[in-house]
Amino acid sequence: MSGGPGGGAMFPIRVRGLRHAPNGRELLSGVDLDLGDEGITVLLGPNGAGKTLLLRALCGLLVPCSGTLDWGGGAQPERGVMMVFQKPMMLRASVLANAVLGLKPLGLSRHDCRSRGIAVLERVGLAHRAHDSARLLSGGEQQRLGLARAWLTRPRLLLLDEPTASLDPSATAEVERIVREIRTDGTRILMVTHNLGQATRLADDIVFMSGGRVHEHTPTRRFFSRPQSDEARRFIQGELPWRMSF
Amino acid sequence: MFASTLTDAVRLLATFDHRVAEIVGLSLQVSGGAVVLGTLIGLPLGASIAVGRFPGKAGVSVLINALMGLPSVVVGVVVYLLLSRSGPFGAFGLLYTPLAMVAAQTLLVVPLMAAIARQVVEDAWQRYAEELQVMRFTWWQSVSTLLHDCRHSLLVAVLAGLGRAMSEVGAVMIVGGNIDRATRVMTTAIALETSKGDLPLAIALGIVLIVLILALNAVAFGLRHWAMRRYG
Repeated sequence: MSGGPGGGAMFPIRVRGLRHAPNGRELLSGVDLDLGDEGITVLLGPNGAGKTLLLRALCGLLVPCSGTLDWGGGAQPERGVMMVFQKPMMLRASVLANAVLGLKPLGLSRHDCRSRGIAVLERVGLAHRAHDSARLLSGGEQQRLGLARAWLTRPRLLLLDEPTASLDPSATAEVERIVREIRTDGTRILMVTHNLGQATRLADDIVFMSGGRVHEHTPTRRFFSRPQSDEARRFIQGELPWRMSF
Repeated sequence: MFASTLTDAVRLLATFDHRVAEIVGLSLQVSGGAVVLGTLIGLPLGASIAVGRFPGKAGVSVLINALMGLPSVVVGVVVYLLLSRSGPFGAFGLLYTPLAMVAAQTLLVVPLMAAIARQVVEDAWQRYAEELQVMRFTWWQSVSTLLHDCRHSLLVAVLAGLGRAMSEVGAVMIVGGNIDRATRVMTTAIALETSKGDLPLAIALGIVLIVLILALNAVAFGLRHWAMRRYG
């Protein structure tokens, strides 16, 4: 885990006019966003705002109808972007085997994978469970393992989709500690959460989305004290209704 | 009549009759060989179809499913034509040998194992695909990872293949010829001894066949339950 994350220059990331409308249903309606090379950005917004879709577009899982993604002046890098899902997959294997899964495409030796895996498990507090089955871990431990798996690949950009949804406060605090450590290690983090307290604790800046577009991108303190858009103000006050669509 | 036949059959088993032992041994070799080959071909084939994106994927899946019901005599005839003197592999002289029987049984079990593997791996692929794609797994890395992850469920495919191989009679009869001490296996021996009226030997072999299949299923069942407790 020593040294900064690998990968060439991929910042600033410029998203311009990103639009996604499967079957004519507009889910992203011209998203514009700029991301610099450090810090933690939290994506806030009501359900159906397009936050997760934006993450999926950034990691290549979603091909938008139109718009551009500019990675430091080039195309999307082959490696360097990782995503941790709300419920990370756990193979029927040990915690250690799951932790080193992301190293498989790199073709490292078994010994190298193992030593790196143990090191990252120590950092997320799971080294003592390295040989237990990953599927028998608690939800919080599985989320920490998901973060460890992503961290081990030393991504330049880490996308987190509600990593603490359904976790208790102590598990949430542990995940937040790890997220801070990953950031300190030099990884740029873009994270979706519905937990406003968590956004306050972790974020350097907030991107507020609603109705498939970005309404506001401001430093955290300013977002919560003086939101620029009416939607953001209403969201903070709990007045913005969730978009229900069937 | 039935009681005395059964008593004679049990006596054959209790005295480890050399005819029974020979036939059971050859059956295990032939069916075991076919299942090993079927596992090596069928499971990766099924997993590759599940993970792959290619034109005609649905058609291939339908074909594999349809081939599960392939009549064993048809496979026997096809292998017979391939291995007969005038066939493309006639020069190898494999017809009426255990190797020909292994080939025929392999052709029978591959579609069955591939179809089950495709279904099992496809279910897992739907759950894991996005994370494996984000980690930039290649097609083959995804296939091998999923095969390993589904290994306990895929035991069903192996057992199904073994069941089909051990219980089929048509293909091995055609390509093996049911030659005494050369290509006679349990199913062909049962058919022959019954037609000859030597029912004790037929029943003794039938008992062995059923006990073997029950034992293998019990082991697989236990293994799967142990794995579920161990890995969740």
